[in-house]
Amino acid sequence: MEAIIERMQDEVTGVPVKTVKSFISKIPSVFTGSDLIMWMVKNLDVEDQAEALHLAHQIASHGYLFPIDDHMLTVKNDNTFYRFQTPYFWPSNCWEPENTDYAVYLCKRTMQNKTRLELADYEAESLARLQKMFSRKWEFIFMQAEAQSKVDKKRDKLERKVLDSQERAFWDMHPGCVNTTELDMKKACRMLKPSKSSATTNALRKEITFLKSRLDRSNFKTSKAAESFINYFEQYVEYDPYFTPLDVPNPWVADNPEFWEQEKQAKDIPARRVKRWAFSLQELLADQVGREQFLRFLEKEFSSENLKFWDAVQELKTLPQKDVEQRVNDIWAEFLAADASCPVNVDSHSHDITKKNMAKPDRWTFDIAAAHVYHLMKTDSYSRYLRSEMYKDFLSGSKKKVTNFVIAAFLASQGLILLIIFMNCYFND
Amino acid sequence: MCGGKMAQDGSPKEAIELLTKEVDALKTKLEEERQKLNDVSCEYFKVATVSERLELIAYLNIKPRRLLKGHQAKVLCSDWAPDKRHIVSSSQDGKMIIWDAFTTNKEHAVTMPTTWVMACAYAPSGNFLACGGLDNKVTVYSLSSEDDVSTKKKTVGTHTSYTSCCTFPNSDQQILSGSGDSSCALWDVESGQLLQSFHGHTSDVMSVDLAPSEAGNTFVSGSCDKKVFVWDMRTGNCVQSFEGHLSDINSVKFHPSGDAVATGSDDSTCRLFDLRADKEVALYTKESIIFGANCVDFSVSGRLLFAGYNDYTINVWDTLKCVRVSLLYGHENRVSCLQVSPDGTALSTGSWDSTLRVYC
Repeated sequence: MEAIIERMQDEVTGVPVKTVKSFISKIPSVFTGSDLIMWMVKNLDVEDQAEALHLAHQIASHGYLFPIDDHMLTVKNDNTFYRFQTPYFWPSNCWEPENTDYAVYLCKRTMQNKTRLELADYEAESLARLQKMFSRKWEFIFMQAEAQSKVDKKRDKLERKVLDSQERAFWDMHPGCVNTTELDMKKACRMLKPSKSSATTNALRKEITFLKSRLDRSNFKTSKAAESFINYFEQYVEYDPYFTPLDVPNPWVADNPEFWEQEKQAKDIPARRVKRWAFSLQELLADQVGREQFLRFLEKEFSSENLKFWDAVQELKTLPQKDVEQRVNDIWAEFLAADASCPVNVDSHSHDITKKNMAKPDRWTFDIAAAHVYHLMKTDSYSRYLRSEMYKDFLSGSKKKVTNFVIAAFLASQGLILLIIFMNCYFND
Repeated sequence: MCGGKMAQDGSPKEAIELLTKEVDALKTKLEEERQKLNDVSCEYFKVATVSERLELIAYLNIKPRRLLKGHQAKVLCSDWAPDKRHIVSSSQDGKMIIWDAFTTNKEHAVTMPTTWVMACAYAPSGNFLACGGLDNKVTVYSLSSEDDVSTKKKTVGTHTSYTSCCTFPNSDQQILSGSGDSSCALWDVESGQLLQSFHGHTSDVMSVDLAPSEAGNTFVSGSCDKKVFVWDMRTGNCVQSFEGHLSDINSVKFHPSGDAVATGSDDSTCRLFDLRADKEVALYTKESIIFGANCVDFSVSGRLLFAGYNDYTINVWDTLKCVRVSLLYGHENRVSCLQVSPDGTALSTGSWDSTLRVYC
């Protein structure tokens, strides 16, 4: 933020700062709101005036610039005058404003005895409050204020005007107004903690091993990674409501929960949902209906135990800890033991590893065997399923309904009811 | 490991020096290797030839659709229910509210015995809620009973500092949490047993996200030590790490393909780290964005990245062209949390202005 402020204050390329002569007095070192916004639109990559205004507003509320005639730290895109805060008062200087400083400042203001410096109501209130708080020290505060205002009086009149206003803006930011510099609790907690950063040999050794393993990895090229994201986008763009409108009106826009209700019913499955099953086995299994279809297909192929085993292993991971051991034994007995009731075909290597894992059963005991079975399903049964009549029928079934529906809706809107009957007959044939 | 062996013979101070040297040498070598893989003309795929295939996103018509008012203090966290229309949100004053975001009605309110409830999450079944905050705890509430929600609660785990984030990893029976004590932990809900802890970060963990893969054994965490770690839930080991941010990482989120992770940071940038390329592949930044990003999430296709900032706005990034496509105003204070609904139809945002909004 401060980098931007410095650019703004650049004498040549910054925001035009000038001394304005008004009726009887001079207003030194100010710029107008519209100048500021214009500069921002031109020099920063903001899109429009609204964004520039928003940003200017944020900068103002952090106290980097302020309106000269107002206590509110906001920016308007008009001819109101603004002034930059002196870097001395920037928030980055870690100003911890203290009540005594504020008291001195307010006290000083009362001495200056000028209408333009008159206290606002809330300031008068604060002064009274502080006076009560520091009743014993008040004499000291008063003396300090007197001394400061003497120093101030020696300054040039215009310079004093600027300084006065900068000081005022600084205090405007603190009590009373919206506290923009408020710290996030999470971050505040962190600052209380001592930092632990001394390197130990062990940590360094660990880092070395880690770095070496990273060097050994074979990595994708950036272009390849980019391409995969593009492919993913192209595949899923149809399912992203921000790009492709839904079949039924978006519930949030149309105030109609029909979309969710339709999704729950199993009878009318839109073709694009069925199409998605072909993207990957994961997609197919994620859809309840797709899973049922696939299971039925596997039953026909006499290999449904694979899916059952995979499901059992996934379910194992979701169990409460106390049930895990029992379930591991059950799964072993059902799918992998020599006399299993529903044996799965696992290569001997995975089988051996799993057998070893059985000595210390946990959630991950079957991971390797399950990965093997999943791979089998993916490369074998799944690709056969996608080529099967069963899937094709299902896909064309849902497609037909949708096409009929769309055409019917379109024509109905045109009032061509007669044609619909004709078209329906045509499609059903 | 010759460096390691040599180091063992010397005094501890020399050993550290030698090891530090070796670390530096390896880092330089790693950087060189990476440069070789940067086959695209620019460092990022911003101007990549591959991305020319795509058209620019012409115009996104994203508008505020719902305004949820009811919290009395800053909203700190929110989560969509699996039914795609309810939202749970938690706030600074210790309240947790369950909303029917569609009708904007409040259905339950729970008062926590702590302030700053920084984390809340729905269980996959929609029957449980988890939350935590300055009390350092992870607490589970049951929603199944019709009576007062707050009577059915249970403390599952306790950290040694505040709980910054929590989530149910594909099961009602486990909770994964991240904390200011710079660790993450996996808890068994029923017994409160610590199943696995994850140490490695050197500063507060701010955010965790589960990998969307079949087996769901990995997750990612972002921390104030400016690093992103990828963890294996089975072993508790960190399997990959990413650096690049210049300040605290506030949010991490997997790309829906599971191949990359997006981050939002106090350095006012968002970045995309690819797991297969093992490095940062995109940077989302603009000169006029000078405030930190608190939260990020993807649209269903991974093309859009929504990010909520401290300057009260939400920027919508085109992840592949690395340009901003939209800017959403509305909130009157920092945007603290943001999440795309499970079916991708809407975006919920929560803010320090004590409101939640739904955009789409």
